Parts: sequence; C-alpha cells; structure tokens
Amino acid sequence: MKEKARLNTFEKNAKKSVEIVSVYFMLLLVGFVFVYPIIYMLSYSFMDTSDLVNPLVKWIPTKLYTGNYKDAVNVLNYSKTLLQTIIVSTLPAILQTISASLVGYGFSRFHFPGKKILFAVAISTFILPPQVTMIPQFLMFKDLNLLGTLWALVLPASFTQGIRSAIFIIIFYQFFNMFPKSLEEAAKIDGASTLTIFYKIVAPSAMPAYLISFLFSLVWYWNDTVITALYLGEKWTTLPLQLQRFEDMFRRIYQAVPGITTGRTLNEAIVMAGTLLTIIPLLLIYFFAQDWFVESIDRTGITGE
Amino acid sequence: MKLRLRTREAIKGFIFVSPWIIGFLIFTLVPLIRTLFYSLNEVKVTAEGVRTFFLGLKNYKDAFLTDVNYPQLLVDYFLQMIVFVPIIVSFALVMSLLLNMDIKGRSIFRTIYFLPVVIASGPVFNQLMSKGAMTFSGLANLGFVKSLQSSLPPTFARVLGMFISGFIMILWYSGVQILVYLAGLQKIDKSMYEAARIDGASRWQILWKITMPVLAPLTLVNIVYTIVTISTFATSPIIQKILVDMYRPERGLGYASALAWIYFLAILLVIGVFVLISALYRRKVRVS
Repeated sequence: MKEKARLNTFEKNAKKSVEIVSVYFMLLLVGFVFVYPIIYMLSYSFMDTSDLVNPLVKWIPTKLYTGNYKDAVNVLNYSKTLLQTIIVSTLPAILQTISASLVGYGFSRFHFPGKKILFAVAISTFILPPQVTMIPQFLMFKDLNLLGTLWALVLPASFTQGIRSAIFIIIFYQFFNMFPKSLEEAAKIDGASTLTIFYKIVAPSAMPAYLISFLFSLVWYWNDTVITALYLGEKWTTLPLQLQRFEDMFRRIYQAVPGITTGRTLNEAIVMAGTLLTIIPLLLIYFFAQDWFVESIDRTGITGE
Repeated sequence: MKLRLRTREAIKGFIFVSPWIIGFLIFTLVPLIRTLFYSLNEVKVTAEGVRTFFLGLKNYKDAFLTDVNYPQLLVDYFLQMIVFVPIIVSFALVMSLLLNMDIKGRSIFRTIYFLPVVIASGPVFNQLMSKGAMTFSGLANLGFVKSLQSSLPPTFARVLGMFISGFIMILWYSGVQILVYLAGLQKIDKSMYEAARIDGASRWQILWKITMPVLAPLTLVNIVYTIVTISTFATSPIIQKILVDMYRPERGLGYASALAWIYFLAILLVIGVFVLISALYRRKVRVS
C-alpha cells in the first residue's frame, strides 16, 4: 500500500519534471528563433572576405574584423543620419503623445453630445491604412510647400493623426478611466481651472502612460519608411531609409573609377554591419526601457474592460 | 444652473477633443474622400496645381483587367492573411500559455519575445530576408519541403515559399499579441480553474471551456492588430506597388488612388471575415 503510494508520487514527480523540461525547451527554442537573426548579424558583420568564402567558418569569425563597420558607417553617413533620425522620430513622437493625452482625457472625463460616436470613429481609424490617405496629404503638403520639411510629419502628429495615433488615444483613455477622479474634484472645489488641473495634477500622475506612448511612438516613427520617405524626400533621411538604399550608396562611394580606383563589391558582411548599426540605437533604447515596453499592456490597462 | 454646468462641461470636452476632430477632418476624412475622387479621375500635377479629368471606373477596371500584377498581388495578399493570421495568433496564444506557467526567468523570455516589435522595420526585414537570416539554412532545401512545393498547386506553393523564406519573420510579428494574451491570462480568476478541476475537468477541457472563451475578446483584438500590422508593413508588395505607380506618368496618382482604395476594401474584407468567425465562435461558447 505504502509502496504503491510512493510509486504514485514518484510517477507524478517524474511527469511534472518532464513537463517543466519540455516547457523550458519550447521557450528556449522559440527564444533562439527570435534572436537567431541578431546572432546572424553579429557573426557575419565581423567576417572579412576570406572568412565569408571559407566553408569551414560557419558562425565564429577567425578574427574580429572591424573593416565592415568602417564601410557601413561611411555608406550610412552614420553620425549625420543618426542625428536626423533622432530629430525625425523624437519630435513627432513628443507631439503625438501630448495631443493624444489631451484627446484621451477629453474622451475619458467629459460628457458631450456625440461623444460615443466620435470615440468609436477615433478607434476605428486604426484599421485605416495610411496608403488610402497619403496621396491627397502628399498633394496638400506639396501645395503648402511643406514637402521635405519636418512640418509634413509634425502637423498630423500634433493633431493625433500620426502613425497609429488611435492606439495612443486608447492608452490615455484607459489610463484616465482607471485614475480616480477625487483629486481633480478637490482641486476643482479649490477653484483651479480645468487646464491647471490637467497640467498640475492629471499629467504628472499619468507619467507611465506618457512614457509608454512616447516610447512606442518613437520606435514606430523611427522604423517607418513609407510615409517618412514620401513626405521628407531627399532632404531628411533616416537610418532605415539609408539602409534601404544601402546598395546604391555603396556603389556611389566605392564605384570603380577607370584608371584611378578599383571598385569594390558589396558583400554580406558589410550589409549585416549596416543593418546592425541601424538597429543598435533601438536596441539601446530597449535595453534601458525594456520594462516600460514589456509591461506597457499591464500598466495602461489597455486590455481591460 | 444645472444646464449651464452641463453645457460648460460639454464645451470643455470639445476643447480637449478638438485636436482630434480638426486632425481627423483635415488629415483623414477629407483625404479619404479625395482619394476616392482621384481614383475616378486622371490626375495630373501641373505647375498651376492639380488637374483632374473624369474617367469613371476606368482606373478600377484597369487594376483588375489590364494590370498584370495587381490581381495576383491581391490573391497573394488574401492567401497570406488566411495562412499567417491564424498561425501568428495561435502561436501567440501558445507562447502566452507557456509563459503563464510557473516558470523561472519569465521576464527574460518576455523581453526576448518583444524585442522584434522594437527593431522591426521594412529595410531591416528586407536585408535580413535577402541574406537568408530570416530562415534556417536547410529549411528550404529539405527534400520533403521541395517535393511538397512541386506537388502543390502554384498558388499554394507560393504561400509555402513565403512561409519558408520568412519563417522567423512570421513569428516576429507576434510580440504584442503574446503580451496581450499574457495580460488577459493573469486576470483570469484562479478559483474558476480550481472549481473546474474539482469537477474533474482535464486541462485540455479547461483550455477549451474556460481559457479560450475568457480570452475571446482579446483574440479579436489580436486578430485585428495582426491584420493591420501585416497589411500596413512597409514590405507589403501592394504598398510598394502603390508607391511606384504614383510616380509613373502613364498611371499616375489617379490610378494609385484606385489601388489604395481597393487595398483598403481588401483589408476591410479580411478583417470582416475574421471578425465574423470570432463572433460565431463567441456565440457558440456563450450558449453552451
């Protein structure tokens, strides 16, 4: 009897540990699939030409060759492009966040006729692809001589029609819905105006929502290439856009000029170095702010009610 | 007095919401209508401004009948959605169920799974895909896969090809969805599970009878999010085509506008079909 019971618990334990091992195995396997491209980039970006053609060198370069990075920095025009990317993505991100917070607050706190319909429309614009509005917007900015200037990105962002603005309106709406009204009401009794209340009480307490919206906004503006390329043209460029024309730029810089230079060909390693250089700033942001990204859904209660 | 208070309240509300109202009219509603108008015209950008010549439905007819690529791209798009959306959403569900178990290092795994959301941009995807970093070398060369590809009808072989070449990319689209599911799972009342277990329900039954129905609203959110993300991603061939055709003199802005509207309707159709399916599912689980 006792023996049987012990066998039973043993069986149970064995079953449980098999289960745990298989769960970890699955998680690790998928984790590997997710970081595989990054390992790939890292490994290839340090290979020199002989490593690339050497069939024995599969993952680990024989020596750390940094020449690829030098070339990629040249081709991307790195420091200038990085600065422009930061401007092009930060400015609309800040404005989009601020305006979304105002709109979210308006929808969350005040009652006005047609509010439900307007809110429903605001959310449903999420499914509207930018392609279906970009041609008239393009012509409008052209008429106003704003093409190629930051205004073409800043203006829609300031009026909550930037990249995925609907999500940010929902984030703030949900956040303010969870936030107790009592503080605002106390301030109202003390005679503070609505704007003062918003500026002094509501906005500071909504810092998590601001930070999350700003970070996502920043990343999405950073990574966008369709709208950015169309509205900004040649004057402003971003790292992803430079990466898009990497091959052309490489040819322009390292092209063979008869009699003077011998041309070089673009290899995989240089492209991987360029790709890695493009995402390194984002990796840094993610490294320092990962909790804000990963816990965004919990903190803003966007899945709630 | 009470009425005045309510009016003042309403005015304040409108003031706060006004950036959206103005922005929606100028940057979304009017452009949307203008795109529709352009799609019925030939649009010429001249020095004096934009000139339009009414064509009726010619642009739309051309898109379906004369254009060599567009109908094929649309078919590919629908197939891609039918295959990718269920894969991504169910993959996200499985991963969130695993992450929701009592395991150590959950935060590390979450961090890894969410990483692609931060670094994914069209050119990065393109470079990684063209250099083969988005698939495992060998996956496409497996004899089994090759024979499967040659025996399938060409359209399905294309989908299989898309699937293999972008194997990692498909999973990379799932970061946000995993977190949405995980947030939902952590809100489920534990006592519900216990009650079910006492009643003798197996884990499989609990998954289908409790977890899935409770998560159904989030599944809808994830489906819509997945469709919108893939459809508007910069690597989408249809978006590329619209951008190219905008600058083609023989096609022009009017034709590109028609393509954009057709694409918009296609996205709506896909979302509609998936919403319908999930509505049917929700009705079914509510009855039982």
